[in-house]
Amino acid sequence: MPKDLVSMKDIAKEETEAIIDTALSFKDVLRRDIKKVPALRGKTVVNLFFEPSTRTKTSFELAEKRLSTDVINFSVSSSSVVKGESLLDTVRTIEAYGIDYLVIRHASAGVPHFISRITKASVVNAGDGINEHPTQALLDAVTIKEKKGTIAGLEVAIVGDILHSRVARSNVYCLMKLGARVRLVGPPTLIPLNPPSGVKVFYNMDEGMRGADVVMMLRIQLERMGKSFFPSTKEFFKYWGLSAERLAMANKDALVMHPGPMNRGIEIASEVADCPQSVILEQVTNGIAVRMAVIYMLQG
Amino acid sequence: MIKELLSKQDIERIISRIAHEIIEKNKGPEKLCLVGIQRGGVHLARRLASKITAIEGVEVPVGSLDISLYRDDISFRKKHPVVRRTDIPFDISEKVIILIDDVLFTGRSIRAALDALMDFGRPAQIQLAVIIDRGHRELPIRADYVGKNIPTAKNENIEVQLEEEAVEEKVILSSGE
Repeated sequence: MPKDLVSMKDIAKEETEAIIDTALSFKDVLRRDIKKVPALRGKTVVNLFFEPSTRTKTSFELAEKRLSTDVINFSVSSSSVVKGESLLDTVRTIEAYGIDYLVIRHASAGVPHFISRITKASVVNAGDGINEHPTQALLDAVTIKEKKGTIAGLEVAIVGDILHSRVARSNVYCLMKLGARVRLVGPPTLIPLNPPSGVKVFYNMDEGMRGADVVMMLRIQLERMGKSFFPSTKEFFKYWGLSAERLAMANKDALVMHPGPMNRGIEIASEVADCPQSVILEQVTNGIAVRMAVIYMLQG
Repeated sequence: MIKELLSKQDIERIISRIAHEIIEKNKGPEKLCLVGIQRGGVHLARRLASKITAIEGVEVPVGSLDISLYRDDISFRKKHPVVRRTDIPFDISEKVIILIDDVLFTGRSIRAALDALMDFGRPAQIQLAVIIDRGHRELPIRADYVGKNIPTAKNENIEVQLEEEAVEEKVILSSGE
């Protein structure tokens, strides 16, 4: 296992499978009355979040505490970054505290990669701009494996705002590595011009649903859109939203996934989000288990 | 050099004897729960349980315990040990737990297992059963049921091979040069 988890591209197939299996073992820990193990006692984690985040940060923090690490949260509003300190100096200062893990979220792609090269601590990418969000891809893989038994050979449709989605990017790398067949479904304005080879692109939602075993919806990231990529949210739902009728076109028992936070009525119908095929809340639980596995397995 | 210490038949006899000893010492199987330490101990726990059932005609709950997350050497190792499943699907409070491992050596695994078990509740008692006790304890720990005491040198290796792992069943001693 490498020192850092920055990109799903850096993790070999065997390592990805080992993380998934270990996450399932950690899930056992989360079901107990005492949900904490002494594994990483004496180790320190700094959560360095340059971008607002509630759920990912909470998930990482819980995972870290369940492993008995000491946790320090360093968020941009309360740090000296606003006083003009450079990224390099911020990291050097934090490293001088004597820490073992750095979990980083930043609005710019490549920041976790840059930091992983200048620090001895293990770096975990918690989302960098529109680039990658590897732990989300891993928790999605755990959820699919748990529900479907296997990932190889499944048809996975990733739907919506692919262009701005670090979740989609990491998922494409992760799922293809594990042998799934991946399709990107969305309007041409929101699908990258050069998708990785082997990925099928559908500009028609109904066609994209046919034969899908997993439907992975993405959040419309209005905050990352400088200009208009579609006429209105109402129109988006009409053509690209996951309604009950559209879900019925996918394979029977197809899983419905969403990384959250959901925009009900824009990318996903409320009734679909709460239907029996939806595993959205399981994704949240698996997120803690997967982050425990990643932190436990990285080699500093 | 590799030496066979116990055959498949020897192992079967040991399990049979220990099953009787467990029932005798605890005056019946009523409060018993068996917990095997991953991996060898898990197979042995299942066998002991079916043996006890065959003798007494009652089902005894069986669980598996992974101790990697409780080890005391975890921060000294570069590569952290593989975490296997822990599955204890019953309440251990007020029960007599028979903890089962294949080989008792330094006692550190047992210390870790005791800590792990305590996170599941407060058992009335914990007893330890092992197939081989090879000595060299580093902690004040002893077994209640021992298959065979085998004095060893510290650099030697003892391996309990079980059918469940798809190998020929035997206990072997190999000298580590």
